[in-house]
Amino acid sequence: MKDYRSLKAVQEDLTSGATSCVRLVEQYLQKISANEDLNAFLEVFSQSALEKAAQVDLKIAAGNAGKLAGAVIGLKDNICYKNHQVSASSGILANYKSIYSATVTDRILNEDAIIIGRLNCDEFAMGSSNENSAYGNVLNAQNKECVPGGSSGGSAVAVQAGLCLASFGSDTGGSIRQPASFCGIVGLKPTYGRVSRHGLIAYASSFDQIGPLTNNVEDAALLLEVIAGADDFDTTASQKPAEKYSKNLSVTAPKKIAYIKQCIENEGIDPEIKNSMEEFIARLRNQGHVVEPVDFPYLDYLVPTYYVLTTAEASSNLARYDGVHYGNRSKNATDVESTYVLSRTEGFGEEVQRRIMLGTFVLSAGYYDAYYSRAQKIRRILRDKTRAILNDYEIIITPTCPTTAFKIGEKVDDPITMYLQDIYTVQANLTGVPAISLPLGTHSNGMPFGLQLMTSEFQEGLLLAFANSISEN
Amino acid sequence: MIIDDNTVDKIASLSKLQFEGESKQKIKSGMNKMLEFIDKLNELDTAEVEPLIYMTNEVNVLREDVAVNSTSQEEALQNAPKKDSDYFRIPKVLK
Repeated sequence: MKDYRSLKAVQEDLTSGATSCVRLVEQYLQKISANEDLNAFLEVFSQSALEKAAQVDLKIAAGNAGKLAGAVIGLKDNICYKNHQVSASSGILANYKSIYSATVTDRILNEDAIIIGRLNCDEFAMGSSNENSAYGNVLNAQNKECVPGGSSGGSAVAVQAGLCLASFGSDTGGSIRQPASFCGIVGLKPTYGRVSRHGLIAYASSFDQIGPLTNNVEDAALLLEVIAGADDFDTTASQKPAEKYSKNLSVTAPKKIAYIKQCIENEGIDPEIKNSMEEFIARLRNQGHVVEPVDFPYLDYLVPTYYVLTTAEASSNLARYDGVHYGNRSKNATDVESTYVLSRTEGFGEEVQRRIMLGTFVLSAGYYDAYYSRAQKIRRILRDKTRAILNDYEIIITPTCPTTAFKIGEKVDDPITMYLQDIYTVQANLTGVPAISLPLGTHSNGMPFGLQLMTSEFQEGLLLAFANSISEN
Repeated sequence: MIIDDNTVDKIASLSKLQFEGESKQKIKSGMNKMLEFIDKLNELDTAEVEPLIYMTNEVNVLREDVAVNSTSQEEALQNAPKKDSDYFRIPKVLK
């Protein structure tokens, strides 16, 4: 099939009659089946996708199709779609069928997107390499010995390999941006509260945001425009109206940009990524932007703060999996207590159990103040400092990750090194600001790496317009 | 080492999880490594800082309290591991 890399290209062919939605879905289904070894899709929704495609073809013919007509989209396996299975890549939800749709799902369907299937991820979105899925690793399509990143690994590879036009992931500490960087695509984490979390299987509720993974900034802007905005089912979703991001993607005036010294001078950063960042900074200056180094003395505190707070929230959120109302119940359960304990012990993977245990510990009597409360205080310090930088500068740039995609199995025995994958991305989740990863270059090892941009809260308009101007130059 | 076998047992009991033998040693060592890692946070002075609890600036988001049947009983029972026509079923509580 033709390898579509933008919704515009799809819609041109739909308008000219060169293809139809049904034909597109059939071709994507074939391509997904030919690339099964990547393990990106846990399930394809052939029947509902073809039905929807036929409906959209009729609407196109009638001239009343929605904004996303022709967009064939995959959902991370933690975003609910009514009457379809969703498992968060966990054994405990192996046979769970969603009884309602996420707000994001409803909104894209209302604009005539076609949902083609659910995408593999780390179990309950906990991981940076997609090696924590109960349903096997996802392979990076650029080099099948490498991880795709995580936790939205399947969402990134599906777009990278052209198995769908775009996908949705969730980002709690970098889970959209890091895999986007590892797979050479665009990944956007919106401001906390920009997008409703209703129907997203919760990991850490004060961090989680749903966002798009796409081939280009324009598609990301359009998808955000469709999913953003207030929602009766999530009061943490902001009442601020969503903007027409896709209509305002040009930047004319020079920008004031900061780069964090500690991110570039970090000893863990790959020298080629560092060089590429320095060249990029020089290029921005040549284009007339003001680019200055700023001090962010808290880099080494970001990931530890993130782990205290997210494990605490996860331990609470995952208490709902008790083997009673839904999810798997242990066959060995003999009473109520063993229903809980055995169902959870058999149903959750190792990393999920480790995080529940640490989270329970930091919330337990005698340790709450020393760990949980202290981390909440440090979160304020981090947010205030980030806000102070963004008062002086419009945009912060960093690499998305210190390295390119690593080999499968390389870091599984060392959780701490794995956690440090998120060193540049967690800042946005800890402080609530929006961030995007864009392809910056290709390493001599053949793998892509990304550039990250951050702006103040709810400045997605500026973030996307500037990202688009960079991508075009 | 903050986490010993007793602490693992206590936290596992709060978490409704079970660790025995090798898995107990593994979780103990995993938790101790993570604690060592997060102990970094003790370096910062937080005496004058208020905890940041809410990430949203929205205050009192109100809507009309309209009753709607969003989930039927049948749907609610659809994913139950064990059920009868009206109820979730669990093993006997009183013997």
